[in-house]
Amino acid sequence: MKVLYVLTLVPFIGILGFLPFINRIEPYVLGMPFYMFWMAMWVVLTSAVLAVMYKLDPRNREGEEE
Amino acid sequence: MNIALIIILGFLILSIFLGIRSTKGKDMNLEQWTVGGRGFGTIFVFLLMAGEIYTTFSFLGGSGWAYSKGAPALYVLIYITLSYVLSYWLLPEIWKYAKENRLMSQSDFFVSKYKSSSLGILAALVGVVSMIPVIVVQLKGLGIIVSEASYGAISMSTAVWLGAISLTIYVMISGIHGSAWIAVIKDIMMIVIIAFLGIYLPIHYFGGLQPMFEAIDSAKPGFLKLPDQGLSVSWFISTVILLVFGFYMWPQVFSAVYTARSGKTFRKNAIISPLYTLMLLFVFFVGFAAILKVPGLQGADADLSLLRLTIQTFDPWFIGIIGAAGMLTALVPGSMLLMSVSTLLAKNVYKELLPGVSDKNVMRLAKCLVPVVALVSVYFTLNGGETMSALILMGYSFITQLFPSLLFSLKQKNIVTKYGAITGIISGLSIVTYITISQSTIATLLPFLPQAAKDLNVGIIALLVNFIVMITVSLMVKKK
Repeated sequence: MKVLYVLTLVPFIGILGFLPFINRIEPYVLGMPFYMFWMAMWVVLTSAVLAVMYKLDPRNREGEEE
Repeated sequence: MNIALIIILGFLILSIFLGIRSTKGKDMNLEQWTVGGRGFGTIFVFLLMAGEIYTTFSFLGGSGWAYSKGAPALYVLIYITLSYVLSYWLLPEIWKYAKENRLMSQSDFFVSKYKSSSLGILAALVGVVSMIPVIVVQLKGLGIIVSEASYGAISMSTAVWLGAISLTIYVMISGIHGSAWIAVIKDIMMIVIIAFLGIYLPIHYFGGLQPMFEAIDSAKPGFLKLPDQGLSVSWFISTVILLVFGFYMWPQVFSAVYTARSGKTFRKNAIISPLYTLMLLFVFFVGFAAILKVPGLQGADADLSLLRLTIQTFDPWFIGIIGAAGMLTALVPGSMLLMSVSTLLAKNVYKELLPGVSDKNVMRLAKCLVPVVALVSVYFTLNGGETMSALILMGYSFITQLFPSLLFSLKQKNIVTKYGAITGIISGLSIVTYITISQSTIATLLPFLPQAAKDLNVGIIALLVNFIVMITVSLMVKKK
């Protein structure tokens, strides 16, 4: 369960924690200013982190909880 | 009547028709009407909650902020994404407790957890106060869409009235079942249209995304990153945190949680949901494209940018399709909100005060309140000049005040007492009200602070005070 708590924080740190350093326009990535690209990338990474959490979480292995 | 309006009207009739059909053959008691009998599966709950989240606000308000404020608009994308991370933990807990205790509303949750009907009434009232600005946003959206799509033939205020009337009819007939079906149609239409606009407009006008951003950057230097003051990095972080805490506190989102068949549904939904928010990028692209192509929209008119640009670019029949999708994004959340506010007032305020009344009477009152709430919202829509984004942020500052006591109530051993919860929520609300009415910011209240602290979202201060009061009162009252 501990790993799950740490994983929960990863998207927050990736987006909000790094914000002061990525608040810039150059370089453009995929046509977007860097700041916008970073946010979009982290949206995808957040989804990946949640997928990993789902796999690791023992509660999801049992059938549908009622 | 032009072709654009005919198409919009067609979709309106279709959605009312689907609403009527979905209620056939079902006995509509209060539980059926509000939580859909608790039998929706993963996909349905997903669509329902997506419908809650992608309101007309993200469609028009998101592009409006990209148009008028630039980079800070991305807060919308981020708070929704991070809220899903929170949902992984929060929603299964809420769902489980609600199911075990057969709860129907958010206010029931507080009553049950804190054994205090006053707290339940307070929570219901907080919900009502917070949701009115959000209903106003939906009505504004309907008004903007219909009046723009009529090419000026229908005035904004007539359009708002028409919107409010359709919304009321829709809710009174169908309840939540109607919302869920329309959510399906609406989401598909929205994704296709927004993706098309977001890709087509930058290419059509600028030859691509990067040339568009470069053109904006040279026309308005600094617009594409967070400014050093005002809507700065610290504003962004504090706003996102506030909104993440408030995200699931909305009574209508809370009751959408109850409609799930199992708790696992939420953890599964949390994985795919962030990807859905990427669609907002296209909304922003449209807003950015509008900056140089339809310049000069000031103040609340920034919310018109998406429609103005599309009207300038496309034929009326296509404006009709866009308008129809936009209308549905106002109708789905709008109907949920109207229903929630009326149910809250009838069941969690009126019935709590007069415990003797029958369920049948409560349901009748809830239905009668729908047009009343719609009228109140029309009043605020026609008399306020705020942008959608400002309205949403105001609603959030109110609703987030429920978060501390809710969070603590989920723990096995809750140190917060009902007195702590009540005084905390009231102090948070008072601060938000004072700040809203006096139009203060942290900079005007505490001018000696460093710039980063001055830019903090004021809702965070209210939340902090709420938290401190809640803990202090809880500890003091316990000792006695």
